[in-house]
Amino acid sequence: MNPDKTDKTDTVLEIAGLSLAVRGTPLLADVTLRVARGETVGLVGESGSGKSLTVRSALGMLPRGARASGSVAVAGEQVLTASPRALREIRRTRASMVFQDPRAALNPVRRIGDYLTEGLRARGVPRRAAEARALDLLERVGIRDPRGALRRFPHEFSGGMLQRVVIAGALATEPALLLADEPTTALDVTTQAEVVALLRGLQREHGTGMVFVTHDLDLAAAICDRVYVMYAGRTVEEAPGAALFGAPGHPYTRALLEASPSVRGERAELRAIAGRPRALAEAPTGCAFRDRCPKAADACAADVPAAIAHGLSLVACLDPEGTGR
Amino acid sequence: MTLTIPALRARRTRPRKRGRLTVRCALGLLGLAACAALFAPVLAPHSPDATSLSASLAPPGTSGYWLGADSTGRDVLSRLLYGARLSLLAPLGVVLLSGVLGTALGLLAARAGGWADAVVSRSMDVVFAFPSLLLAMLVVAVAGPGLLAPICALAVSYTPFIGRIVRGAALQEGARPYVEAYRVMGFGELTVTLRHLLPNIAPLLAAQSALGFGYALVDLASLSYLGLGVQPPNADWGSMINQARGAILQGSPWSAIVPGVAVLLTVVSVNVLGEHISASVARRQEVKG
Repeated sequence: MNPDKTDKTDTVLEIAGLSLAVRGTPLLADVTLRVARGETVGLVGESGSGKSLTVRSALGMLPRGARASGSVAVAGEQVLTASPRALREIRRTRASMVFQDPRAALNPVRRIGDYLTEGLRARGVPRRAAEARALDLLERVGIRDPRGALRRFPHEFSGGMLQRVVIAGALATEPALLLADEPTTALDVTTQAEVVALLRGLQREHGTGMVFVTHDLDLAAAICDRVYVMYAGRTVEEAPGAALFGAPGHPYTRALLEASPSVRGERAELRAIAGRPRALAEAPTGCAFRDRCPKAADACAADVPAAIAHGLSLVACLDPEGTGR
Repeated sequence: MTLTIPALRARRTRPRKRGRLTVRCALGLLGLAACAALFAPVLAPHSPDATSLSASLAPPGTSGYWLGADSTGRDVLSRLLYGARLSLLAPLGVVLLSGVLGTALGLLAARAGGWADAVVSRSMDVVFAFPSLLLAMLVVAVAGPGLLAPICALAVSYTPFIGRIVRGAALQEGARPYVEAYRVMGFGELTVTLRHLLPNIAPLLAAQSALGFGYALVDLASLSYLGLGVQPPNADWGSMINQARGAILQGSPWSAIVPGVAVLLTVVSVNVLGEHISASVARRQEVKG
């Protein structure tokens, strides 16, 4: 998709035609995703639509017994075919991840200082240098008294502070790619804004490419350069952040927008999407959204719709205008 | 397992103090036993092997023989102090050996999964099927009497207890996101397991080891009582009871009762301590949610 403006070296994450199945149960089908240097790419969709799975596959963290096809490349390095050693190297140096719940993502019995220096020490950085680096990182993510923080345990921090620590850890290796898997879901709204601002600031500073997984459409619209919408293990729409919300192409995107509350007061009524989210394995033939789509026609059942251009977006729908032929 | 039974809040407020006292007593007794073993040469009033027929079957309280003497006139107190050495060291060996083996197997089963898990788990089930004491006796029958063979045999038969608990805890702990987070940071499976996962299940391991120590002490004392463990002239508490059989028939059971009480007190103390550790693990897990 969009083979324009950016050349190969500027692509930090390139997922092309990724399909994933565990013991015959398909989980992802033909997922395509591209992140350029310094770009923020949103990944939205309901629970179980394969967002987290897609992000994890970028690090080669596939579920046990999974069979993957297609290609995943981080900063030009193939992930799916990489040897365990090469994969570790990619995880260490090229890509980092920020998790949903910082309290769960840190080992409760180890100090913050250990957490931040461990990765560096494993790569042969001397102890003092690693500590200095950790101190610098904590300062940059805005932790008060960074020197004291190094000696403290995770339970002594608030959720927001802890997420800052996790972000510091993720940036310790100056990765080309930052994967943020719902980094603000577990935080309250004001902390959420701070953490997002921090992520954006640091990302801009380093030119890191970021994948931002979220449920929050407004948040995605606010911070993402491009947004991918996923449904039942497929990407159904790719659009520039603003365009997605101005002119949603796929009926699913439209339904998602109608189902989410907005503070701007344009819509008084929230409309839930009929039916329940489908996993890829139980999705109907053809377009997976067919059985919940208000405008479904007979043609939708025939084939999985190919992505077609609709304004600035790419939409996997036979009828993105929603005219209801 | 009993560790996960949520303690009722109302019940917890009152008996705390009494519980703490019991734990202190247990710790004190164990400390006493350890000191006795460590400083036996200093503390013992007699040589443990010195016989004196004039003192034969002296009752406790006889001057010079505070806890009496056995049928050959050996001082029971001195033998008790020296006997503490083997009686405590041998179960410690069992606990350490089975702890290392069980932890390694349990972690392997939990983290490798698949056929490795199946093989390890089923093998542990097979070992479970052997009564530990019978296995130890079999090994002694093959290898000849002595302490090393029964220690190894008991360690092997205690391994599944530790292995199962470690496997369960590691499975539970391994599903927590921090394990994934460390893997994402590019750490190998071994590093993550040993440096991050193991410390989180260590308290559980400590509780189980304490209980295992008690069992091993009783088992080894039983073996010595049967004459299969410690060989004369060395003494441990089990063999002291064995040698006092004659004295019991002669109507002066003291030289058997004293080491028996020592075994009893030590085992009870160790169990109290184990219960205490597992209770605090359960409390901590409750807090963790």
